[in-house]
Amino acid sequence: MQPGAIPSPKTGRELVDEYFIENRTRLLEIAAFLDRLDRTDPSLVDRDFRVRAFREALRLLDADRSGSGEPQTRVERIQHLLSDPTTEPLEKLDMKSARGAYDRWQLGVA
Amino acid sequence: MRYVDLHAHMVSRTTDDYVQMALTGCVAVTEPAFWAGWDRSSADGFEDYFRHLTDFEPKRAAQYGIRHFAWLCLNPKEGEDRQLAREVLSRIPRYLQSPTVLGIGEIGLNRVTRNEIATFRDHVDLALEHDQLIHIHTPHLEDKYKGTRTIVDILTEYDRIDPSRVMIDHAEEHTLPIILENGFWTGLTLYPQTKVSPERAIDMFERWGTERICVASACDWGPSLPDAVPHFALAMRRRGHAADVIDRIVYHNPIAFLGQSPKFSVEPAPRDAASAAAVPRAEADAKSSAGVAA
Repeated sequence: MQPGAIPSPKTGRELVDEYFIENRTRLLEIAAFLDRLDRTDPSLVDRDFRVRAFREALRLLDADRSGSGEPQTRVERIQHLLSDPTTEPLEKLDMKSARGAYDRWQLGVA
Repeated sequence: MRYVDLHAHMVSRTTDDYVQMALTGCVAVTEPAFWAGWDRSSADGFEDYFRHLTDFEPKRAAQYGIRHFAWLCLNPKEGEDRQLAREVLSRIPRYLQSPTVLGIGEIGLNRVTRNEIATFRDHVDLALEHDQLIHIHTPHLEDKYKGTRTIVDILTEYDRIDPSRVMIDHAEEHTLPIILENGFWTGLTLYPQTKVSPERAIDMFERWGTERICVASACDWGPSLPDAVPHFALAMRRRGHAADVIDRIVYHNPIAFLGQSPKFSVEPAPRDAASAAAVPRAEADAKSSAGVAA
């Protein structure tokens, strides 16, 4: 634990009691989003980097951190998966707004 | 409860939002200069915006007992245009005399281009030249890590920068450690989709403590909540955190950072005094009409 960190006032059981239902809802929303994509175009995961990134992030959600020696949390690993890992500045502005994921697979947008 | 919203773009908000903020305990807001959602066409456009920030908004906020302060700059979304940036920067110094301007901000990067970096450095130089506090925007989404890393690397090159006088805002889980470890202040912006939820913000306080971290709404013209800070406080109570911890985060922390400017205060301003010493426009017909709809 970091110096100055504030321990959670709630026990694990209390966190589940308080937050299970709303996170169950979020889980089902993600499942429904993926089902929706499957119904319309199941090939998107191979043709759109955002969908590929989303699927890769889901794998990280289920990864067990305990005992693995992995220093990063799930949210940190997903943040890095979605982030531009390069260090060189762009020569000029290519677009005004970000898209939410970095195209590390060079797939482009479907 | 009582709180200071350190990052709120009130020019984009209605008077009803000021009412809601006052009702929920807001005593002061600070408003960084930002992108309007479209590119301004000239330095004159920025100058009108600076007058809005230093004259009209303090008076509008004062009607609800809220102190309003501003940060001035050409924002990162428009930083690619070097000629415009140089022209706008040349006009900023005289506005720094305004009694409600706390410093230079929100400067930073958007897509991390060479021109954006040059404009960012120009702003840092301006702040140092005039001994101003600095408020920094970090890019969103996939650009945040690279942008934050670049900003921290640039700032640490300067011998003259005191990191305790710099706020690097919009931190998330993967950038917060980089900022704190280099001695800067940081902010978690409670924005519904593209930034941080109250629950994730609380997780970060539980992991990293409360020192040099603030929360703010960053409310603007996008989907956002002017009362995001009290929503955060409510989530903190739901999580079981004590009232003094919440008060430290939403009230004492922003005052500790902002109070480094002698201009900052949470004491209510007289309704008609907020703009008494504002920088006057050259033209004689520039009378403000705060509180009067067009």
